[in-house]
Amino acid sequence: MTAVLDAPAPAPATEMPPALRVVPSTPTPGSGLTRAQVEEIGRRLDALREQVLASRGQADADYIRGVIRRQRQLEAGGRALLFAGVLPPAWLAGTAMLSAAKILENMEIGHNVLHGQWDWMRDPEIHSSTWEWDTMSPSEAWKHSHNYMHHTYTNVVGKDRDVGYGILRLSEEQAWHPYYLLNPVLNVALSLLFQYGVALHDLEVEKVLSREKGLGTVWRQLKGIGRKVRKQVVKDYVVFPALAGPFFAPVLLGNLTANLVRNVWSHAIIFCGHFPDGAAQFEEEQLEGESRGQWYVRQMMGSANLDGGPLFHLMSGNLSFQVEHHLFPDLPSNRYAEIAPQVRALCEEFGVAYTSGPLWQQYLQVLHKINRLALP
Amino acid sequence: MTTVTPPQTRSARPRLRDRLVKLAEAAATPLVPADYLDLVDPLRSGAALRARIVAVQPETRDAATLVLQPGRGWAGHVPGQYVRLGVDVDGVRQWRTYSLTSPADRADGLIAITVKAIPDGVVSNHLVRAATAGTVLQLDQAAGDFVLPTPRPAKALFVTAGSGITPVMGMLRSALHELDDVVLVHSAPTADDVVFAAELRALAADGRIRLVEKHTDVDGMLGTAELDALVPDLAEREAWACGPTGMLDLLEGHWESRGLAGRLHTERFRPLVVAAGEGGTVTFSRTGAEVEADGATPLLQAGEEAGVLMPSGCRMGICFGCVLPLRSGAVRDLRNGDLTTAAEGDGVLVQTCVSAAAGPCDLDV
Ligand SMILES: Cc1cc2nc3c(=O)[nH]c(=O)nc-3n(C[C@H](O)[C@H](O)[C@H](O)COP(=O)(O)OP(=O)(O)OC[C@H]3O[C@@H](n4cnc5c(N)ncnc54)[C@H](O)[C@@H]3O)c2cc1C
Ligand code: FES
Repeated sequence: MTAVLDAPAPAPATEMPPALRVVPSTPTPGSGLTRAQVEEIGRRLDALREQVLASRGQADADYIRGVIRRQRQLEAGGRALLFAGVLPPAWLAGTAMLSAAKILENMEIGHNVLHGQWDWMRDPEIHSSTWEWDTMSPSEAWKHSHNYMHHTYTNVVGKDRDVGYGILRLSEEQAWHPYYLLNPVLNVALSLLFQYGVALHDLEVEKVLSREKGLGTVWRQLKGIGRKVRKQVVKDYVVFPALAGPFFAPVLLGNLTANLVRNVWSHAIIFCGHFPDGAAQFEEEQLEGESRGQWYVRQMMGSANLDGGPLFHLMSGNLSFQVEHHLFPDLPSNRYAEIAPQVRALCEEFGVAYTSGPLWQQYLQVLHKINRLALP
Repeated sequence: MTTVTPPQTRSARPRLRDRLVKLAEAAATPLVPADYLDLVDPLRSGAALRARIVAVQPETRDAATLVLQPGRGWAGHVPGQYVRLGVDVDGVRQWRTYSLTSPADRADGLIAITVKAIPDGVVSNHLVRAATAGTVLQLDQAAGDFVLPTPRPAKALFVTAGSGITPVMGMLRSALHELDDVVLVHSAPTADDVVFAAELRALAADGRIRLVEKHTDVDGMLGTAELDALVPDLAEREAWACGPTGMLDLLEGHWESRGLAGRLHTERFRPLVVAAGEGGTVTFSRTGAEVEADGATPLLQAGEEAGVLMPSGCRMGICFGCVLPLRSGAVRDLRNGDLTTAAEGDGVLVQTCVSAAAGPCDLDV
């Protein structure tokens, strides 16, 4: 429980000027496109979406059920091995399996199920309205802050709260404050405690400070988070260690490590989705009267992909196809790979930036940006 | 205090069990223990009821029998009853209702349904042509009151057509030895289209039933005068009928006009649609979806097409498996044209499978 209180302190958000730089808005945000071209892009992307919708079927259903089955086997296997964790090879294998299971659960399963990517199957067990995931943030709260706030206002500084998660300076246009000297340190803390950061992120503390949001609402949300946190903490740090009896220490350590590995990994993947060089940020005026085509263009310009093989894409929850995911957040994740070449070709045709790179390169760029923005 | 303390040994076990369940839940969170147990045995006792297809046996060119192993929670059935089955077709869960054709107490515990593929039918074609042994389906307990009474009637008449033979076959397979005098008048387009033809003809040859086959492609539809002629003692018989809407309407009218209404039992596979709504915007407020639905589209279908998790069952207004609170707006019952309205916060319960929008409406789902 105390972990909640130890989580990174919310930013002095009131001191951040709301909207800032960046790309000139209407009708073609920094892209030099004509209105007609933007609408043509919109039509083409709508058609691409329809094409995938029409071909959704048994193979996709088998895919997600297969991933879920393997994830549960990995988790059960990892936890079983950790009971033998006094033996170093068992501890290593168990921790690795549990880490992989937690990553799969959060990235490829939880995140995507909560987006409604699998709602079309009408299986109540794999549905955005019933899924609860293995992280501190209750899925109901997260669906609001992520599916609505982040996906609608992607990279609009002052609107998209994923820009810096309310605690970091990630845009040139967030006014500098001495607090931001802590940028690099806070980033490391956020990375390690990412699941708590995400849960608290939903509270929108800056809105409370600016009196947009009542304390009653926050208290209710906090209680919801508290309930979820308690269950999660009891599972990993009480129940499973206790079941191991005298061998509780390796189990506890393994669970802690798996949670940390998952935190650091998901933080890296998510930050690389919107903050490497090349991913644009926008000002609030951009949102006014934004057409479907403009929305698409903003999503493409504000997102960045990660290069890698099939296993890497799976472990990133296919957020390595961040561009495609932001265009079509509710298409099944296993289909992003097949439409990515078409989206890239469309971008090339119209001269829209399509940012992509290997994880290490993109992450270095993000870290560099975080360090640079620590200073005025 | 009047509380009776049960003997120690009795209470200790359930309490231990409860604790173990609690522990398992704490270990499985945010999932539930069943999510892991289902990986090992989806048919175990305590699991949501499911069935595994054991065999698919062709019956005619467009009908097949599916032999199913029900989960251990299966409570058995009375011949003539139906089950709801959740079938994944092209990855999408579809619920339909099928009459049980197996005898009530098969020694091997298996049950069977017999499905006739209808043109463009999503589930029936899948089950007849694509379903394979080993597949697990969702199942619900048997229901329905289209059954034989005890004591059995001295004389019975069954009037069936097409796939309408299914509940009657279930009855005959279970209870023919208790029925002394059975007449079965069955209609099918041709002799080859008669489902269970060999079995029925063998029963007739043995003198166990009197079978009248009507091959409608050559003989035309069964008329009421013809039926009276075929079954002169019709008035003395307890009767069960199952088949297309037109036939059932005709028979019900006939029995009524002969003053025998109480002696005819019917089973309908489709709802009787008489009215249409006006159409309107349907809001599924919990899910946050909104669709335009016309006045002929049941709310159930509109919701499913919008990706909303709609509860459902028979899809024809008999099981109440689809009932949802109408938060506000107006809907029309497609069976009788009745209008149901709700004001903000009313939460009037409506059957979504037989109701269509009659203006804007808001469902609590
Ligand atoms: C109590 C009950 C018992 C039933 N028992 C059986 C059974 O034992 N065997 C069996 O094969 N079916 C039975 N049915 C019918 C079955 O539930 C389905 O309605 C049928 O299989 C069609 O489903 P579908 O998905 O293939 O058709 P859908 O895709 O739902 O419908 C396709 C088209 O066919 C029309 N349609 C729907 N149902 C019928 C129908 N019955 N006859 C003609 N047209 C139709 C629809 O309006 C639509 O236009 C029973 C229904 C009920 C309510
Ligand atoms: S689904 Fe059975 S009453 Fe509606």
